[in-house]
Amino acid sequence: MSDAIIEFKQIYKSFKKGRTSIPVLQDINLAVKKLEYLCLVGESGCGKTTSGKILVGLLKPSSGQIFFEGQDVSTLRGSEYTRYRRAVQIIHQDPYASLNPTHTIYDILSFPLFRHKLVKNRAQARERAGQLLETVGLTPVRDVIDKYPHQLSGGQRQRVSIARALTTNPKVIVADESVSMVDVSIRISILNMMMNMRESLGVTMIFITHDLALAKYFAWQGRIAVMYLGRIVEIGPTPDITHFPQHPYTKSLLSAIPEPDPDRTRTKDQIRLRSEDIPRLTELPPGCSFHPRCPWFVPGLCDKQLPQLAPVADSKGPVQVACLPMTQGKPLIPYES
Amino acid sequence: MSEVVLSVQDVSIVYRVSRGQVKASQHISFDLHKGESLALIGESGSGKTTVSLSFIDMLPSAAKITGGKVLYTRDGKTENIFEFSEARMRDFRWHDCAMVFQGAQNAFNPVLKIKEQFLDTARAHGWRDKGKVIKRTLELLRLVRLDPERTLESFPHELSGGMKQRTLLALGVLLDPQVVILDEPTTALDILTQRAIIEVLKEMQSRLGFSIIFISHDLALAAEMADRVATMYAGEMVELGSTQHIFYEPLHPYSLGLLQSVPRLSQDKDELSSIKGNPPDLIDPPSGCKFHPRCPFAQELCNQEEPVFKEHEPGHFAACHFTENVIEARANLWKKD
Repeated sequence: MSDAIIEFKQIYKSFKKGRTSIPVLQDINLAVKKLEYLCLVGESGCGKTTSGKILVGLLKPSSGQIFFEGQDVSTLRGSEYTRYRRAVQIIHQDPYASLNPTHTIYDILSFPLFRHKLVKNRAQARERAGQLLETVGLTPVRDVIDKYPHQLSGGQRQRVSIARALTTNPKVIVADESVSMVDVSIRISILNMMMNMRESLGVTMIFITHDLALAKYFAWQGRIAVMYLGRIVEIGPTPDITHFPQHPYTKSLLSAIPEPDPDRTRTKDQIRLRSEDIPRLTELPPGCSFHPRCPWFVPGLCDKQLPQLAPVADSKGPVQVACLPMTQGKPLIPYES
Repeated sequence: MSEVVLSVQDVSIVYRVSRGQVKASQHISFDLHKGESLALIGESGSGKTTVSLSFIDMLPSAAKITGGKVLYTRDGKTENIFEFSEARMRDFRWHDCAMVFQGAQNAFNPVLKIKEQFLDTARAHGWRDKGKVIKRTLELLRLVRLDPERTLESFPHELSGGMKQRTLLALGVLLDPQVVILDEPTTALDILTQRAIIEVLKEMQSRLGFSIIFISHDLALAAEMADRVATMYAGEMVELGSTQHIFYEPLHPYSLGLLQSVPRLSQDKDELSSIKGNPPDLIDPPSGCKFHPRCPFAQELCNQEEPVFKEHEPGHFAACHFTENVIEARANLWKKD
């Protein structure tokens, strides 16, 4: 078996809305290595949050398998399943919504400790809660532990959320847009803290974001997977993705992002999409779902055949793209209608 | 420089709450010139929205303007906005100064066609000639790159988020205002949609010649769109200058701190650092310079004496006692890789 700590095999997920079925994830294959930095990047509706929820067991896939440390999660029962749920935790996006306003920080941290029988009594729970708060940099502990969430700032709340994810000594943490609601000036300190947890606590971090610049910072030594409409369209080492994007969608994203550098951002080459509208998930175009917008659309190929993730033709690099012209070694030619 | 449209002079606003007064905006002064775009950047609670709301008398009832004036000039006539009668203010809004609120895509009436909503607005401001309104509406919708006839006959739910935002921009400038205030204009939008909005805004501004005040915490957006940038901290304007000044030669430690905390996509591994600490309590703000508890260059003086917001080079203002230290530290900011 591979050295993957968690692995998606042909994961599909669809949600039912009335009589229609909305395909949110299609054929996701992804192996996360132990202690790897992995980022899932994409725009809203691309399925990145759903992937995260499936990863931690909050949602069941419609089909496909998830392997945790080599074991198929759907076959786990009883204490085995609890062990898996304990080992993978999630930090939600909104620290204002994810902490119960009627519970103190101590309550919030002690519930999972008691639930999973990680402590025997209140004194132990308080001590462990204190340790966790120290780990996430909320010191002095006595100033925080008996407060309610509304008495803390957004950044502090997000730290509490991280401390809560750590209560069960997880091996994998999924951080879903964990800093997008935190002020710019303190984002980096929270990101750095999460990156340090990998070293000090041996936690594998999966970071979900729409912000490619943050993804780049977080996963510089790892990989980025770019998602579009429920599929992974490009995956590879971060420097390759951010500096030499291959897939037309990744290329357009990178060219469109404004940068905090006036001279550079105003002289960037802009890629003009053929359409600015994202297709609905219920009316996905045939073939490659990016083809109606793609500036390098090849009629008769892209709208007929579904691209699979594969290396770019003639390249020995580790990057994989789901783009037929690229994987078949055809040059990208601007499409003229 | 071209003529001044809006001259904000020493404006202070407080919110009365049970614990006392929240000093949301203190001694704000700046001039807005014809056709320029000025970005107000700062974190949540820095007072950027509060100041802007005061221009159109839309502050919540707990707010009180405690001083200052805002002079508005159109066709050579100058008036103080704070002394407007209610009738004059009603006329001023939208006609002279339009504001597009954050997440306002949801502001459309869901049961009225877009056409009705444009006509409604025009009627409320005394434009009775339907034909003329429709003609202008079609022009504006074309300008924001929408299919004018189709959009006009659509209901809001038939438009995507990006299309709604563009329709809203068109509606904002329907009555030919001189000043358009945009509160986080692209925050809720996807990257590719965001790019389209930026392009549209630039084009609209160059064609119609209005001035823009845009409020954002997104430095990249300011780098992309602004002619001048003002940094706000704890209710005060701490730095104001051209976009080049603020990004490449910042004089205030807070501006520098912000720039040091955002990752840049096109660079290799960034050296980033957060600003230490948390934003201050505005009911009981720190003495002296409000930034001193978080400032890496703070000295005894900063704690005692409030720095003056003064012009350090033509057009570049900052409120800091020790700008020379910032100048020294900023040398590392734009090391080329």
